[in-house]
Amino acid sequence: MSFQPIKFYQTGTFTVGNRLLAPEERSVQASAKRFNSINSGHRACQGCGEALGARYAIDAAMEATQGRLIAANATGCLEVFSTPYPETSWQIPWIHSLFGNTAAVASGIAAAQKVKMKKGERRNIRVVAQGGDGGTTDIGFGCLSGMFERNDDVLYICYDNGGYMNTGVQRSSATPPAARTSTTPAAGAEPGNVFGQGKYLPAIALAHEIPYVATATVADLRDLEAKVRRAMEIRGARYIHILVPCPLGWGTAASDTVRMARLAKETGVFPVFEAEYGEIKSVLAIRHRLPVEDYLKPQKRYAHLFGKTPRIDVIARLQALADRNIRKYGLLGKEAN
Amino acid sequence: MDKPFAITLDPGSSLANKTGSWRTFKPVYLDRLPPCNATCPAGENIQGWLFHAESGDYEAAWRSLTENNPLPAIMGRVCYHPCEGACNRQHVDTAVGINSIERFLGDEAIRRGWAFPKPAVKTGKRVLVVGAGPSGLSAAYHLARLGHAVEVQEAGPYAGGMMRFGIPKYRLPREVIEAEVGRILDLGVVLRLNCKVSSIEQAMKEGQFDAAFLAVGAHIGKRAYIPAGTAAKMVDAVSVLRSMEGEEPPMLGRRVVVYGGGNTAIDVARTVKRMGAEPVIVYRRTRDKAPAHDFEIEEALQEGVMVKWLSTIKQAEEGEITIEKMALDEKGFPQPTGEFETLAADSVVLALGQDVDLGLLDGVPGLEVKDGTVQVGPNMMTGHPGIFAGGDMVPSERTVTVAVGHGKKAARHIDAWLRGTAYVPPPKPEIAGIEKLNTWYYSEAPHVVRPTLDILRRQSSFEEVVQGLDETNALFEARRCLSCGNCFECDNCYGVCPDNAVIKLGPGKRFEFNYDYCKGCGICATECPCGAIKMVAEGN
Amino acid sequence: MLKQIEGSRAVAEAVALCRPEVICAYPISPQTHIVEALGEMVKDGALQDCEYLNVESEFAAMSVAIGASAAGARSYTATASQGLLFMAEAVFNAAGLGLPIVMTVANRAIGAPINIWNDHSDSLSMRDCGWLQLFAENNQEALDLHILAFRLAEELSLPIMVCMDGFILTHAYERVDMPTQAQVDAYLPPYEPRQVLDPAEPVSIGAMVGPEAFMEVRYLAHAKQMEALKLIPQYAAEFRKVFGRDSGGLLHTYRTEDADTVIVAMGSVLGTIKDTVDELRAAGQRIGVLGITCFRPFPIAAVAAALKQCKRFVVLEKSLAVGLGGILAVNVRMAVTGMGLKGYTVIAGLGGRAITQKSLHALFLKAATDELDLVTFLDLDWRVVNRQIEREKAHRRTGPVAEALLRDVGVVGVRNY
Repeated sequence: MSFQPIKFYQTGTFTVGNRLLAPEERSVQASAKRFNSINSGHRACQGCGEALGARYAIDAAMEATQGRLIAANATGCLEVFSTPYPETSWQIPWIHSLFGNTAAVASGIAAAQKVKMKKGERRNIRVVAQGGDGGTTDIGFGCLSGMFERNDDVLYICYDNGGYMNTGVQRSSATPPAARTSTTPAAGAEPGNVFGQGKYLPAIALAHEIPYVATATVADLRDLEAKVRRAMEIRGARYIHILVPCPLGWGTAASDTVRMARLAKETGVFPVFEAEYGEIKSVLAIRHRLPVEDYLKPQKRYAHLFGKTPRIDVIARLQALADRNIRKYGLLGKEAN
Repeated sequence: MDKPFAITLDPGSSLANKTGSWRTFKPVYLDRLPPCNATCPAGENIQGWLFHAESGDYEAAWRSLTENNPLPAIMGRVCYHPCEGACNRQHVDTAVGINSIERFLGDEAIRRGWAFPKPAVKTGKRVLVVGAGPSGLSAAYHLARLGHAVEVQEAGPYAGGMMRFGIPKYRLPREVIEAEVGRILDLGVVLRLNCKVSSIEQAMKEGQFDAAFLAVGAHIGKRAYIPAGTAAKMVDAVSVLRSMEGEEPPMLGRRVVVYGGGNTAIDVARTVKRMGAEPVIVYRRTRDKAPAHDFEIEEALQEGVMVKWLSTIKQAEEGEITIEKMALDEKGFPQPTGEFETLAADSVVLALGQDVDLGLLDGVPGLEVKDGTVQVGPNMMTGHPGIFAGGDMVPSERTVTVAVGHGKKAARHIDAWLRGTAYVPPPKPEIAGIEKLNTWYYSEAPHVVRPTLDILRRQSSFEEVVQGLDETNALFEARRCLSCGNCFECDNCYGVCPDNAVIKLGPGKRFEFNYDYCKGCGICATECPCGAIKMVAEGN
Repeated sequence: MLKQIEGSRAVAEAVALCRPEVICAYPISPQTHIVEALGEMVKDGALQDCEYLNVESEFAAMSVAIGASAAGARSYTATASQGLLFMAEAVFNAAGLGLPIVMTVANRAIGAPINIWNDHSDSLSMRDCGWLQLFAENNQEALDLHILAFRLAEELSLPIMVCMDGFILTHAYERVDMPTQAQVDAYLPPYEPRQVLDPAEPVSIGAMVGPEAFMEVRYLAHAKQMEALKLIPQYAAEFRKVFGRDSGGLLHTYRTEDADTVIVAMGSVLGTIKDTVDELRAAGQRIGVLGITCFRPFPIAAVAAALKQCKRFVVLEKSLAVGLGGILAVNVRMAVTGMGLKGYTVIAGLGGRAITQKSLHALFLKAATDELDLVTFLDLDWRVVNRQIEREKAHRRTGPVAEALLRDVGVVGVRNY
């Protein structure tokens, strides 16, 4: 159960905090003493979902480990905007090595901790690795799979914004079908990214049968925090895939970042679930089911679907994918299944 | 640590990079006017008192409520709660049961004996209030709290005015009126019963009053011309209801026809039903056109009150009446059909509206009377300086809540007038409509339905039909408030800012933007559940 | 303690004596025996407090080492050839981050054509990656250099490759003097990282550095590596004190006192060269040898000093700068700039081609009379090469060169065309 039900309060469970809740029932982000693991002054674009997702996740991990955390970071937006010399936004021990080796670097850190613990030289310190979808599903995939397979004590967090945004919005294997990127232009008979390709890494992670796999979005903070907390209770390889909308790459308003993540979840485009040892344990149900158009339309990367002659056929294919997710993961909740 | 140059950096050093310089729009906190507050005729700060109720501090909630309205236990029973009609929560699930919480607070105050604070200073001014109805009581209360000496002169034998003479016991138990009036009198307000003011000028002179507030109410039942035999029994509704307060209940017989479609018609019908009669309401239009509140019609029907819709009384004789069937024309007006029907009737009660007895104003210079009501300015003052008026006797909707609102408003203006100044109400902020809210953050929680009395007891007794909420229910209900337009410290802005540019100031102190780092993305404004943040363009 | 063991085993035991904390292993010939032996030691408890990770690639191996080292653990791995190239990005990164990882490179040729045998193409291809490179002449030196390498790496906070010739050393059984744990402990203090990932003192390692500081960062990397030129002789002297033998150092000279001709080389071939030189000395030739142990940083001053007395030098190297000639030779030439020496480059032993005493004998005699070409390919089969060149002149499409050559030498080619 990833969701934390808090009943009968003014605003239910969905706000970040709530003055009516007991402090222990509030989210980590609601605390005035939260770590702000990634501090102000970073150079992320306005409304960056990744900056937000990273603070949510790492703060939650810091809370869960009482501040005994080390992070390894892949090359990408998150790395570039957080650590341009002479300033870093990180307030935790953090290392950036390369684009494709983050999981392995984290394995190394974890191995070091294990030895140091055994020798009694250091207290228990946990390790997270983090990267974007390019650094995770493409170039870093080998190291990630190796880390999973060895079941190294690492929580790997992928911040998925569906493309190589740092280099100017190119396609990654996590770019959704029909989306326009600078390498899948909106031209030709099948504009945008192709259907039937790409990788859904959460499912690949599941196939490794590692102790914990979860997906989350920046629109469901409490769910995200609960998953990070759960992940930190477990030893071994863990994977959390967080959808982080990118105003630049998606062509959305900076103010709509959280809203877009919410729409991705409510349309079934992005299933939110958690699994242990290859078995799905729970899903975050859709509260108000919406058609995919509601999600697609605000995004300029899908503008070609809504031109003078709308591509009803393509929208229908995307709707079919969302419907399949809803069916496959049972996203309409218990009543509907 | 011996850090390699440039490759290894000190933690959190990005604070040197003030990203606020990127901003073209900036978020600002604001307080918008919640629709409930905007709609309340009594000018209650509903959201304000709900805020306290949400944390279970009922006394603070009651004190906040009574800043504007001294009669919550009464209001919680008889107000037609336009606030709930405006409540944004209806777009999420169902409106917040504001009225039921108000009643809970009112009852709680009576139960616990909470009293109003005595005025700190006395102004030495004397104000005469004519009429101890809701408007007069409200004015008296506010004037007293402002430090004035107030005397209420009431023509009738009880305080309460139309609340007592126009609203049946099963809706408003009399001990509730007594309790809330008593609390106002505890402020030092003098109440003189059976003291009919026949000339306001004289009364003011005699009592050396510096100002007067007139709120005599509309106690005279309107008559309609109905051809009637000499033996036909015809009475007006106000008389019937008033007589319920006396020792002798009215003698109306078994078959009582109530003529009219307003709330008073329903009240009379339900009252006589409780006295063992078989009431039939005759109304010329349809149910949905009737001025009575639908829930009251529904309750009346549940209790066995019969209604003849689309009917007018053509003739009344001893023991029976003739009614004509009506049909609505395309404009929705009832037109006669020429189709008649007779109906057994021991008596006919006319519930066709009420008039005000304006006799006390005779000879007062400067007054303007139009359509049976006194004309007042925006400050509630009549054309005669120092004489103010409100409630049913001025042109307005005639409800208890409106009357209470008049009393408060008049009190403020009287106070200013006595001080030689003018009361300028603060500018009203923009209304927090549903489009300003992000309702995603409110979980579904339908409102609590107030328990109602068993139907058999409703038909035969004057026990209160609608019961109150218990504390758990009231708390739940209070917490359903969306806090439209006003920060309730949900921490959303603090949480969703990708730049940590929101400073949390601590409980009750809300938040502040850190414009050094705020990039102006606007997520905080989009994700603010209650619409308490807006984006404004940056200046040069 | 004297032991008659395989070179790989000797290195593994020496590494174990250095108390490594994280070892990452990925198989590639000819280094496999080293990590196999270490894996066995960890598994059977002979090597305690050490995490041994079987990773999925050399890229991961180096990356794990980076993470482990940055977290303060003494980290070790080994590779060769394609493996070194596959981890190249991480190799540069480890140096850039200043992490004192020690890695054995069991030197091997680089394909295509794929070839598992020894030459120095692999580590020399990484000459500018920022790692120190130490070349072992024999198995005793190979194991000694690892002990020295850990100390030097951690002192400088720079990674070091200990290069030993694949198969020739790694698979050769020789007598070695294996030091005791007490000796190694006396020589090698526990690892005290210069920078470490630690919640007690959080830092961000691996910042993005722009044009405003990148040159300085690179200069500092260079300056730091140059410091090793001072430290290595000092550590070699201390090594002698603790272990009672000479090992390490920047370079070794052999019979160069009055030599007119000096043969310069790295690695195991020095043994054959010294034997040949002994023969020639016996025949009255004034010839000597300069063995380079420290290829990076390149000991320019020491090389210049060693060649000061001679008239000519011959750089014999197991590597080829395609389109230029030698790699080591270019480095040596830079060292003797302005000294007026004749210099010759000899490319030898590529892909495991045997370097025989006979061939060297003839070569050195030619050199002594300045009859050598500027660049010579030792024992090249000109018949085969020329036939292919002819073929290519005749037809543009000649098919894969390697297969064509093998047909010519009769290894492949039962089929007629």
